[in-house]
Amino acid sequence: MTMPFYVAPEQLMKDRADFARKGIARGRALTALSVRDGILICAENRSNTLRKVSEIYDRIAFAGVGRYNEFDQLRIAGVRHADLKGYTYSRDDVDARSLANQYAQVLGQTFTHEMKPMEVEILVAEVATESDGDQMFHVLYDGTVNDESGYTVLGGEADSIADRLGEAYDQDWEVGDAIQAAAAALSGEERTLEADDLEVAILVRETGRRAFQRIEGDELAGLLG
Amino acid sequence: MTLPLFEAGGDPGPNFAELLRSKGLVPPVPDVPAADTVISHATTVVAIRCHQGVVMAGDRRATAGHLISHRTIEKVYPADHYSGVAIAGAAGPAMEMVRLFQLQLEHYEKVEGKALSLDGKANQLGMMVRNNLPAAMQGFAVVPLFAGYDTNREVGRLFQYDVTGGRYEEREYAVGGSGSLHAGTVIKLGYRPDADADEMIDLAVSALFRTAEEDSATGGPDLVRGIYPVVAVIGSDGFERVADADVEARFRDLLASLENRGGDSQ
Repeated sequence: MTMPFYVAPEQLMKDRADFARKGIARGRALTALSVRDGILICAENRSNTLRKVSEIYDRIAFAGVGRYNEFDQLRIAGVRHADLKGYTYSRDDVDARSLANQYAQVLGQTFTHEMKPMEVEILVAEVATESDGDQMFHVLYDGTVNDESGYTVLGGEADSIADRLGEAYDQDWEVGDAIQAAAAALSGEERTLEADDLEVAILVRETGRRAFQRIEGDELAGLLG
Repeated sequence: MTLPLFEAGGDPGPNFAELLRSKGLVPPVPDVPAADTVISHATTVVAIRCHQGVVMAGDRRATAGHLISHRTIEKVYPADHYSGVAIAGAAGPAMEMVRLFQLQLEHYEKVEGKALSLDGKANQLGMMVRNNLPAAMQGFAVVPLFAGYDTNREVGRLFQYDVTGGRYEEREYAVGGSGSLHAGTVIKLGYRPDADADEMIDLAVSALFRTAEEDSATGGPDLVRGIYPVVAVIGSDGFERVADADVEARFRDLLASLENRGGDSQ
């Protein structure tokens, strides 16, 4: 009978975290900003069909970076959770905080109990009628939840992108300003990102029931300037 | 409520009804015949094709036996951005069906990232009516009308159903509920192919008014309480409900034109 080697729990967790972080860092980043017109989510994504940013519910959006199949599975679970909750109780009872907690549970459980942690970072954002009420929950691969205010960055090189964005960020921005700043922060100084390289969506503050809108094609190119 | 995650084999896909089934949230089929109880019924609804798309309208009355149970229920609802559904039959199950249908369409759109085609939506509703058949046999029948703007063909289309879930696409107009005979006749006489929405709204208003005169289960305009039928136009801009003030003005015009004829409304 072969005895497994002893691995210290600290080492085991560190290895798993390194594995997840490496997977996430390989993908391209995305950023979310709470501005005057709503919550803008801007992702670097060359695909027009494999989405990183999507609608969950009336005023809630989802964004993910890392392995597409893993965060897309979480996205669909989130849509199901929200629709079931809205059906069982009421549309007003669906909120981002409880959804973020559910995500945290699943990611935490997978991180400690499964063979392989999920190589994803996700964002659950909910827009309010006033920008002070906007909620952005950034959930990490191990289930850590961060309640962000103002702006947040997910994915590879998040720190340097956040630094660039932080220097310019202004809560009173309109959509166009926010998109330009987000694109500039994501690209850095050596390159520029065109409309085709970006996936942009906004949770519109002033709107009817469904706040989620994509900004694509000519409209996006126009706003990018 | 925990996050609904599924194994690859048991995944309900974009189907919300299937998701409800997997969670055991589907309401049971009533095992008591409706005849033993008095339940609310929703009555007359109409849908008429027009140049812009489709006009839908429904009165506001619900009856339970010979009594009026509600004066202000609504029978015309948006199903999603480009379609609407109007209900006739047992009011409770009908409203539940509308709620599920709206959710089903939105759920599909969010999960798949793309809305169903108009035919797909019409089939979905047909399936829901068919699933209601056991309840219909107990007397809880729901018979909806479905209308929408087909963004692929760029025309308005409308569908009628029977209790078995049979789906019938109509080219001109469709009516449902207790007053359908009278409403259908009025529309049949006033219908013009490719007419303007404005004209067809007047026709729908007139049809509901005439029906309310003949059918006790159909409510007319309530000028005292300010309750008017729900009227909506579904066109390339999507589902738009006609403002109550506009509907009121049309009824007042209709009444004035009848008064000018010496009150003859035979």
